[in-house]
Amino acid sequence: MSTRLFGEAVPRREDPRLLTGQGRYLDDLGPGALAAAFVRSPHAHARIRDIDVSAALDVEGLVAVYTWEDLPERVGRPLPLLIPHPALTHGRTARPLARDVVRHVGEPVVMVVAADRYLAEDACALIEVDYEVLEPVAGLEEAARGARLVHDDVPGNVGAHLVQEVPSAAGRSAGEAIDAAPHTLSFRLDIERSASMPLEGRGVYARWDGADLRVYSSTQTSTSVRMAVAAALELPLPRVEVIAPDVGGGFGVKIVHPWPEELLVPWAAMLLGREVKWAEDRREHFVAAAHERGQVHRVRVGFDDDGRVLGLDVSILHDHGAYTPYGIIVPIVTSTQLLGPYKIGAYRVEFTAVYTNTVQVTPYRGAGRPQGVFCMERTMDKIARHLGKDRTEVRAANLIQPDEFPYDQGMTFQDGRPLVYDSGDYPEMLRLVKELIGWDSFERAPGRGIGIGCYVEGTGVGPYEGGHVQITSDGRVHVSTGLTSQGQGHETVFAQIAATELGVPIERVSVVTGDTRRFGYAVGTFASRAAVMSGNAIALACAEVRRKALRVAAAALEADPADLTVTDGLVHVVGAPSASIPLGTVAVLANPLRYAFDEETARATQFAGVAAPDRPPVAPGEEPGLEGRGYYSPIRSTFAAGMHAAVVETDPETAEIKIVRYAVVHDCGRLINPMIVEGQIHGGVAQGIGGALYERMAYDADGQLLNASFMDFLMPYATEIPAVETGHLETPSPLNPLGIKGAGEAGVIPVSAVIASAVEDAEGVNIDRMPLSPSDLFHLREGA
Amino acid sequence: MKPPPFSHHAPRDLGEALEVLAGAGPRGKVLAGGQSLIPMLNMRLAAPEHVIDINRLEELDTVEAGPDGVTVGALARHARVARAGVHPLLGQALRLVAHPVIRNRGTVVGSLVHADPAAELPAALAVLGGSVRLARAGAAPRDVAAAEFFTGPMESALRPGELAVSARFPALPPRTGTAFTEVSRRHGDYALAGVCAVVTLDDDLRVASARLACIGVGPVPLVVDLGADWKRAADAVRERAEPDGDVHATAAYRLHLAGVLARRAVEQAVERAIGRAAREAAA
Repeated sequence: MSTRLFGEAVPRREDPRLLTGQGRYLDDLGPGALAAAFVRSPHAHARIRDIDVSAALDVEGLVAVYTWEDLPERVGRPLPLLIPHPALTHGRTARPLARDVVRHVGEPVVMVVAADRYLAEDACALIEVDYEVLEPVAGLEEAARGARLVHDDVPGNVGAHLVQEVPSAAGRSAGEAIDAAPHTLSFRLDIERSASMPLEGRGVYARWDGADLRVYSSTQTSTSVRMAVAAALELPLPRVEVIAPDVGGGFGVKIVHPWPEELLVPWAAMLLGREVKWAEDRREHFVAAAHERGQVHRVRVGFDDDGRVLGLDVSILHDHGAYTPYGIIVPIVTSTQLLGPYKIGAYRVEFTAVYTNTVQVTPYRGAGRPQGVFCMERTMDKIARHLGKDRTEVRAANLIQPDEFPYDQGMTFQDGRPLVYDSGDYPEMLRLVKELIGWDSFERAPGRGIGIGCYVEGTGVGPYEGGHVQITSDGRVHVSTGLTSQGQGHETVFAQIAATELGVPIERVSVVTGDTRRFGYAVGTFASRAAVMSGNAIALACAEVRRKALRVAAAALEADPADLTVTDGLVHVVGAPSASIPLGTVAVLANPLRYAFDEETARATQFAGVAAPDRPPVAPGEEPGLEGRGYYSPIRSTFAAGMHAAVVETDPETAEIKIVRYAVVHDCGRLINPMIVEGQIHGGVAQGIGGALYERMAYDADGQLLNASFMDFLMPYATEIPAVETGHLETPSPLNPLGIKGAGEAGVIPVSAVIASAVEDAEGVNIDRMPLSPSDLFHLREGA
Repeated sequence: MKPPPFSHHAPRDLGEALEVLAGAGPRGKVLAGGQSLIPMLNMRLAAPEHVIDINRLEELDTVEAGPDGVTVGALARHARVARAGVHPLLGQALRLVAHPVIRNRGTVVGSLVHADPAAELPAALAVLGGSVRLARAGAAPRDVAAAEFFTGPMESALRPGELAVSARFPALPPRTGTAFTEVSRRHGDYALAGVCAVVTLDDDLRVASARLACIGVGPVPLVVDLGADWKRAADAVRERAEPDGDVHATAAYRLHLAGVLARRAVEQAVERAIGRAAREAAA
């Protein structure tokens, strides 16, 4: 395979469009559509006694008001539980509009459709909902006590409970191994809530023409939205098309589907015979989408004099919010990915997922890994402190060695498959990150510390993705894949793969994602899977197209296909570029025509003398045209890894924390585009710093979210993010043809662990809870 | 997040603006830079029936520097006032106000009238002993001293039907230095706590008077007059400040922070006063 484009830092082809305001986001579409707005619960927990809409009826421009009672059975039933699991014994999902009980502030109760959003909000303000306010379950530990219930039929508020155990090689349980270890430690670690918080909120726009439904959604999975909408609205699947337009970020929250609004807006459009649109505003997004991260971890560890972990027992309390639409993926990921790049003697992990009267919890970039890595890396630091050893020495003592791959951790991963690491070189990675940050020559001083964090990330989760590649008679290459884009750079990297595989200039390649009209089979964009899954599928589709192109060109050039290659879009005999035929012409020849539409296509018509008169124009087993389709379905996930290190300075008086340096060494297998990978890492680190130092969801005892705006939810600005120094290591994945691993979530995963490590180093106080604000640090100092 | 219905008025001169404002009374709200009012409207935290847009009143887009001080008109944007470079403390305060985009639209007088207890400009006005001029249709304008102008969080002495047409920031006496220090969670955010200081030296270059104003530690800017006892800055502030805790910081941390910042602001102001005195002596 030519590597001319694969591996190059090709500038992002989507940037001129997206950076000059030419993007077409959900709210740019349907300027004449009716607008939907929602009356949402102001209470964390309440029973709806009555809904009085009469005052709203006088609002000029009002079109419709819907409550749960107006919904047909298929629309009004609880939303799907997307990922069932045997341990999720009490899974619960919301109805699109609340029927009787609301379980978090922001839950939709009434849908209003009006001529525009202003009028729709005016009408919402006039609707009176009579609530019987119930006692809310606000905190994680209060929920675990189970004195008050979020769902009457979920005892103790426990939605799921799962224990996983991996005995040591000698057959010891974690408990036995810890008890027998020379040293033991136990401690508690907390991570607070944050959220994906894409700059563009959710949004849905639907058009119904009497027979066909077209839905635009700011989603991470258009194919799955399509199936859910068709099922709920009882439409034949071929009559429904779903398109993800330009999407301004997802980070996990938009993989959840169908959102209430994704069913209600198309349903209203059909009922009214009018275009209807809903674009979520920021306040709605804070209280009506999804959050993540909130977990409490109790850790017990036993280790030897070298710091080798002999037994590890982690008990996790997971805050699931009010509902579990995405199942228990987050605590499963924490439980499994907690192990990181280490060999743990014996491991026991247990989680209890409890309901609270807060916004539901679904995966946010990293999806449980930041919590798991925080546990393991804090554990490593505590072991080092206990033994008086360098923190990197303790890590080195526990690393999986390069000759131990594939390495089986003995657990079941989030894809239901064995947790087997495919490849990596963790000792080399540790050496590189220490060198990059200058670990061994670091000059420690009061208020100045250095920290480190290591992680392994299962990426490229199945079950599959597909790609379609078509070369048209103008020589252009059209690539489509069903998964969606939220700005990652798919238009660039998929074009790099296609251009490289086909031997065409990248300028001739265009890429479409997330449009069910173009590709109907897909899973979606999440779990750092797009490059691995669709990238390999597109490569396979290209190989099929290339084979056919060579076959057709061989006949025209009277050559053996095995002697042909493609360079710059020309098919020619290897070593003899003079006898060549453009791919566009091959496309013409591959599609016998009765009717020409230009000079080029005249060559494929019946009197042009190309086809042999004694054979059918399309040979048996062939298809007209120059196109191919490929699917990639991996046996299991491929495991990327990374190690971050940072230097921080703390102000002795104000307790402000400044990140002076931030270094990343990252291994995602073969790099398709190093610039895009670095961009992903930078963005991830920025979100990680948000989680480490700034972002939290401040719920009060009444279940009210006190900081539901960008003024008080402190997403960091560019000014809060240091320059990120990056180093790459490339250990190809043996699992897929391109040798690649995912990179989308990598940056965010270890940041809380790294910053905690560095601040602890600078301050000498235990950092067991993130995020860490100056106010928090001030009080930690006071308590020290 | 769309505002409720309101009538938009765009008067072309001050007289017309005051007439409209008088007619609207408590149901009216003035729109200048809109950096606080528009979000409040969008979140339906404010629902005025009449929005009186003063952006066409070019006569209020003024920055006048005289020997007694600087008078800033109601339509002068933060960025313009900062660029004018007419008052050291005003410049130091404006550098800490939000972000360039907000400073390009927001107005100095608008910020004073908004009276956020964590905003910088009210403290600058308070520590300097400045005033705000309030106009009303058919009456002479009245000047309200900063000490009386800020009456509570987001509350001022402005009455319904009145327009704040300008603010006056008194000039600094000789041998005087100023400083503004604050800690905010992110660059440009409202401060967790902040302190501005004005220090004047005597002929022997000893501190003759030191005055502070603190933000974020009470309902209105807290002015502390240290006299010559400038080294007591931290203690003096901690004795008088009564901050609240919120989602960003505890009250105890804010109190501690105010003391630290008070000491730093005074020290910096002293240094600058010495520098200024030296320059004045040389001139």
